[in-house]
Amino acid sequence: MQSFLSDLFGNALNITLPMVAMWCIGALLIYLAIKRDMEPTLLLPMGFGAILVNLPMSGAVTQIAEGVEEIGVIDVLFNAGIANELFPLLLFIGIGAMIDFGPLLQNPKLMLFGAAAQFGIFFTLGMASLLGFELKDAASIAIIGAADGPTAIFVANFFESNYLGAIIVAAYSYMALVPIVQPPVIKLITTKEERRIRMAYEQRSISRTTRILFPIVITMITGIVSPRSVALIGFLMFGNLLRECGVLDSLSETAQKVLANLVTLFLGITIAARMQADAFLNPQTLLILGLGLIAFVMDTVGGVLFAKLLNLFCKEKINPMIGAAGISAFPMSARVVHKMGLAEDNQNFLLMHSIGVNVSGQIASVIAGGLILNFFG
Amino acid sequence: MNVSAFLYTLPYIVKGMVGIFLVTGVIVLTINLLSRYAGGKSKED
Repeated sequence: MQSFLSDLFGNALNITLPMVAMWCIGALLIYLAIKRDMEPTLLLPMGFGAILVNLPMSGAVTQIAEGVEEIGVIDVLFNAGIANELFPLLLFIGIGAMIDFGPLLQNPKLMLFGAAAQFGIFFTLGMASLLGFELKDAASIAIIGAADGPTAIFVANFFESNYLGAIIVAAYSYMALVPIVQPPVIKLITTKEERRIRMAYEQRSISRTTRILFPIVITMITGIVSPRSVALIGFLMFGNLLRECGVLDSLSETAQKVLANLVTLFLGITIAARMQADAFLNPQTLLILGLGLIAFVMDTVGGVLFAKLLNLFCKEKINPMIGAAGISAFPMSARVVHKMGLAEDNQNFLLMHSIGVNVSGQIASVIAGGLILNFFG
Repeated sequence: MNVSAFLYTLPYIVKGMVGIFLVTGVIVLTINLLSRYAGGKSKED
């Protein structure tokens, strides 16, 4: 009887405190996904995965049992989809198919705000180095400021960062927290008068040819400047070309829904492979969460201050809040700016401007990721 | 605190921001050219 009970429950003796802590973190992620609707498509699978891989002798991850290595399915998925960067790239096809670059094509100058709002990436690179992270890890942590999950995964994985799990958790958590993180920062660095600036919106028709050529040309320019990011920008723009070509609606719809959902489903649970207690529970994880917040804050500061700088020289004033939408968290950031504009003046409609800046941020964040890869790859 | 590592990254911070603005500038220019030569005109205010 004792032997039977020992066989049945003996593994319970292998439960450790760090494992229990990871169960709590997993439960927290699931709670945030369900109750707070924070990036549920990723936080829920990640939360469940965190529990799955932190069960004692979990068969989901590779274990040495009685001297024999047993390959776990989560590790198989990790090697098949993340270690070779396949999942983030496939996800980018779906994201590209979802994005309408129309507002950007109508006012290309908005692209400059997308560039300014990548400041957080480079600022965090310096901060992470100052805090003692190795350069490849500092670069991987900095890319949290891209506010773009696939780019963060791609870059962190390229550098084989030891902190992939923490980086992804931080990236997706802060993306979900954009409506909480950005407003106080924007308010702190803008005056009420600036927030009330109205911006005229000139609607221009964009030809189909322009829409079709745009993803091709962007891929070529970015690919030439930053060859290491060509896969990222290429897959994003391939998705957009499917959307805009007008003859592949079925493929575009599949990319937007089925493909994106399927990859997201596996991506979340696979990331959990890097959320095992021994790799995740360390002071560096807390530092990375802090640096991720700094990255998002400084992205916002960069975008807003750039708009204020332009206002010194431009006749037609820009509402500096739209600069904050330059982080790539799409479309949350654009909505945040639009809502803040309405809160200051109920006739101040900034949505089309902020959407234009927001989609620019999507492209700029990939370019920034590519530059980081160029510098340190 | 690793000040020397921080100082090492400073040129990259500058290069990164300058680089991203340069690439963005080229893209803005290209979009303007596309709009001019591949159609698209003002519709309404």
